[in-house]
Amino acid sequence: MTIGLTHYLVLSAVLFCIGLYGALTRRNAVIILMCIELMLNAVNISLIAFSSYVVPQLLTGQVFAIFVMVVAAAEVAVGLAIVLAMFRHFKDIDINNINLLKW
Amino acid sequence: MGQTVAFWIMAVVIVGTALAVVFLRNVFRAALTLILCFIAVAGIYITLSADFLAAVQILVYVGAISVLIILAIMMTRGIQKGDPANKLQIPAAIVAAVLLGILVYAVTSTPWGISSQPPLTPTTEPLAAKLFSENGYILPVLTGATLLLAAILGAIVITRENHK
Repeated sequence: MTIGLTHYLVLSAVLFCIGLYGALTRRNAVIILMCIELMLNAVNISLIAFSSYVVPQLLTGQVFAIFVMVVAAAEVAVGLAIVLAMFRHFKDIDINNINLLKW
Repeated sequence: MGQTVAFWIMAVVIVGTALAVVFLRNVFRAALTLILCFIAVAGIYITLSADFLAAVQILVYVGAISVLIILAIMMTRGIQKGDPANKLQIPAAIVAAVLLGILVYAVTSTPWGISSQPPLTPTTEPLAAKLFSENGYILPVLTGATLLLAAILGAIVITRENHK
């Protein structure tokens, strides 16, 4: 059985759902950022799979994947800065204990 | 044949390491398995004949983002032991499983217009032509550069000590 577009898309869906579960359940802020990175990687896999199976000569999906990577790098830089500021202020990065904005 | 074997190896490594990231108690070990997951994703890109993106994945994710994450873990020492999942565990599992079911159903039942042409390789030169040519993606490239600059400045401002 040869590998087709469906295999890649199912792999991407599995990775995305694992990341979603982690982002919803873990309490450490750094782990939540790591799970968001997992979800972004899943999206990149499906973009590149579409690019190489649906429009093999155009590379549009690969260009989109590059922009996803740029935004992911910016997101992780700001996110980890916020985590460090949070740690300095509260001496804690447990999401359940930091609920100032929770109504 | 080679692509099939490579895909299954990479897929097993990706799913296994992703589960380890979600379920490992030790934050540092979770970060290390996350690096392995990024490397396996780069392997998946290679099986899709996206050579430039595989290199970028190694450089940006394995090289830069992992170092940032490990640095953040080391700066927040003392809270890395025991990170029990919170009360949302069962609803989150249901949501993730339902979403996975919907996605797999949508993926398998959609007739994708798969092209018979071989993928373009090597991709570096055509990607550069697409990104930087006049009727290409030059405006998003410049916007991305501005976003990165803003993110760097924001990170510096947020983490700076407040000396009064």
